[in-house]
Amino acid sequence: MERLELSPELARDILHQAKAKGASQGDLLMVESDSFFVTVRLGEIEKISQAQEKRLGLRLFFGASSATASTSDISKGSIERLVDETCAMARSTAQDEYSGLPAPEECARTFLDLDLLDDSGRALSVEERSRLALETEKTALDYDRRITNSEGAEFSNQAGRVIYANSHGFSGEYQGSTYGLSVVPVAALDGMMQRDYWYSSQRKFSRLESPESVGRKAAARVLRRLGARKIKTREVPVVFEPEIAATLLRHLSGALSGYSLYKGASFLIGKLGDKIASELITVVDDGTIPAALGSKPFDGEGLSTGRRTVVEKGVLQSYLLDTYSGRKLGYPSTGNAARSVGEPPGVAPTNFYLSPGSFSPEKIIASVEEGFYVTELIGFGVNLVTGDYSRGAAGIWIEKGELTYPVEEVTIAGNLKEILLNIEMVGNDLEMRDRICAPTVKISRMTVAGD
Amino acid sequence: MAQDIIRAESFFDRRFGISSRDLEKVLAKALEKKADYADLYFEYRVNEAITLEEGMVKNSSRSTANGVGVRVLAESKTGYAFTDDITIENLALAAHTAQHIAQDRESLTPIPVGEKGSRAHDLYPVKTQATEVPLEKKIALLHEMDRFARNMDPRIKNVFVSLASEHKVVLIASSQGWVVGDIQPLTRLNITCIVEQEGNRQVGSYGGGGRVEFDFFTGKKDYERYTREAVRQALLNLEAAAAPAGMMDVVLGPGWPGILLHEAIGHGLEADFNRKKVSAFSGRIGQRVASELCTVVDDGTIPSRRGSLNLDDEGTPTHRTVLIEKGILKGYMQDRLNGALMKATLTGNGRRESYAHIPMPRMTNTFMLAGETAPEDIIRSVKKGLYAVAFGGGQVDITNGKFVFSASEAYLIENGKVTRPVKGATLIGNGPDVLTRVSMVGSDLKLDEGIGTCGKDGQSVPVGVGLPTIKIDGMTVGGTVS
Repeated sequence: MERLELSPELARDILHQAKAKGASQGDLLMVESDSFFVTVRLGEIEKISQAQEKRLGLRLFFGASSATASTSDISKGSIERLVDETCAMARSTAQDEYSGLPAPEECARTFLDLDLLDDSGRALSVEERSRLALETEKTALDYDRRITNSEGAEFSNQAGRVIYANSHGFSGEYQGSTYGLSVVPVAALDGMMQRDYWYSSQRKFSRLESPESVGRKAAARVLRRLGARKIKTREVPVVFEPEIAATLLRHLSGALSGYSLYKGASFLIGKLGDKIASELITVVDDGTIPAALGSKPFDGEGLSTGRRTVVEKGVLQSYLLDTYSGRKLGYPSTGNAARSVGEPPGVAPTNFYLSPGSFSPEKIIASVEEGFYVTELIGFGVNLVTGDYSRGAAGIWIEKGELTYPVEEVTIAGNLKEILLNIEMVGNDLEMRDRICAPTVKISRMTVAGD
Repeated sequence: MAQDIIRAESFFDRRFGISSRDLEKVLAKALEKKADYADLYFEYRVNEAITLEEGMVKNSSRSTANGVGVRVLAESKTGYAFTDDITIENLALAAHTAQHIAQDRESLTPIPVGEKGSRAHDLYPVKTQATEVPLEKKIALLHEMDRFARNMDPRIKNVFVSLASEHKVVLIASSQGWVVGDIQPLTRLNITCIVEQEGNRQVGSYGGGGRVEFDFFTGKKDYERYTREAVRQALLNLEAAAAPAGMMDVVLGPGWPGILLHEAIGHGLEADFNRKKVSAFSGRIGQRVASELCTVVDDGTIPSRRGSLNLDDEGTPTHRTVLIEKGILKGYMQDRLNGALMKATLTGNGRRESYAHIPMPRMTNTFMLAGETAPEDIIRSVKKGLYAVAFGGGQVDITNGKFVFSASEAYLIENGKVTRPVKGATLIGNGPDVLTRVSMVGSDLKLDEGIGTCGKDGQSVPVGVGLPTIKIDGMTVGGTVS
């Protein structure tokens, strides 16, 4: 059957079809993307992958009941089936008084131009893209004789288009791109191997870190892990490097999601207006930063994104909400509706970061008599209902204010409620290199378990 | 399964008008420039999710996806292209893109790529796909579980139940001239309860499933058992004390704690890491990596299990592969590319998340065979230690071998007796070392209930694990009480 082009007109047409079949409200998300990646290993191309995808997701309401369905088969017949199927499903789900689209007046009227698309990637040949990965890996391999192997380097680029429309007559679209460059070198010492990585990810090709920079950072990261040992169990101050500090913000955003809150599945229930973190902590969610990875002109329900201080000097100022979870909690949406095609909305931060403090990372390390500088965390030992926290860790031991020997096969444990309150220094080294970012932080005390 | 091949083939022919002649043409195009091997992976998939919370099924969702991936192998290189618009023209275009990697091939000698293999399975005959069971029936089950849970204890504050079902039809056509297909059902039922007592809020979860029909949950009332377990765990956590920190003896209960094997040794024995010599197990075949009490297998042929497959995602029938026999490392898990480059027999471990993903070696159902010791005797032998019976997820760094897995239900063992429940904690160890410390293996092998999903390189696939009760002499427990 003939494949249709995705367009706001097609979206309106589908919503009309649904209305004719009895749906009281509905919305539609369409996504199309082109993606490419090349991985190289030990100087040779290992994999090349290229793809085009289109998907369409429909949500329909019959009064207060709803259902969602999606398809990658964008043809007339398939869309008719999709509408019928969604109608049938929506009729059998529960009446939920909080459900429904946002009010018409809440939907965005004007769209910021956030400069999210850089088309220059299309002009790059496969050879040029491969060369970027090859140079990155070569830099890492040439950096030091102890770097003996590699899990490879990758260059990737995607470009996509998002169209969203709802039965209030809202319709909007935006395009965006991402470019990525990464490498995973492997180093060995006395028969023991270590690996580490570095990556750069940007919407603009020109902002991508150079192959030399990515390769050098990955090499330095893997070398500092060689010769790691276990330590005795003890309680000490713990310093999180920026990549690791960002994981705390990820947990924070999960606990502040309206869905976790109304379900009773968060350790931050009822804490709005309370002090939940040290006064050094100010956290911002900003979906309007030009060309940033988490930026978008409107959220998954057609509401404008904005800049919002979520935690100000340790005091919780805002949850992260979409329309539904907001209604459940008695607040308006914060424009954080996140949508994947074919699923009902959820909540996600846009660009979510911990504001930088005044200390250089060196100053922070220098302030520690004996402690643990964490450079890697593994595992899933975080319970957002209770805040209980226990994760596998690797890093470098700090003695008399200096980084000394590498440490591995230990865990760090505590409770997120206390960890947030016990942050006693925040670094000045914030770099917006991902959707969720943080500078270096120092936590006054955690249990480090080893031998 | 013979029938399934025909059904899968006619399915794609009927749906997209692509005949076996067309497949041959595309494969010839893909091989054109001196490639060793090419294959096409057609996939049609329906996923359905129904969730209940606050006593209501508020939403149900259903997604339909179809697409095809074209793969070309030339020496150690893989070219891949996929499209969700299955037409002859797009297939030809994808084949052209994928064979790009064969252009600057160095050696003209083709590398022999493993043949199809002859063993066929029929591990999950299903009359009615779970995705085709009327929605009303599923909604009724979710409500029944909600009521059942809430009647168990007044401290229950909220109940979440989710039913996720998948119906997948695949067809794999190879440049070796064969075409195979499979119809793969998969369903999973989970329940989570939140309880509260004097401001102390705790959570408990349980679930099960497999490549089974919907009746699997209702036939023997397994849904009641899942519900009771979730409630029990949540209430137990209300009493749990802070977990201990440091090195101690650890006893793992049977079943899901088998995630230890998945993380500690399973990933490290996947062939790709070993061919590249980046695994802590590289070059260690024939060496002792576990105590002689330990025999560990990966078995994709157990009927109806979540981790089982009639054939892997490259068309190779699945196997039972002995990974460790009486403590000695025996073999790796292979896919077609790595098997060819390592000149090893295929093991049926080439898997992928979907047509949008390149296959790689993955586990199926990984477990340790039963020993002879009574589980009670194992606990009795421990003076001071941790008894962990339920786990959440785990992770491993395959290069240095360090792995973690997080307990969600654990107790202290004091003087040979299980005493107080303690809060969940992460356990950390070294893969090549941890199984050498296994000093007792129980007679009570159990496989997990069928809820595991494994992630590697951004691809998720369903897997199973299993374990008898075992004792590990010394492992680091990541609690807060030193």
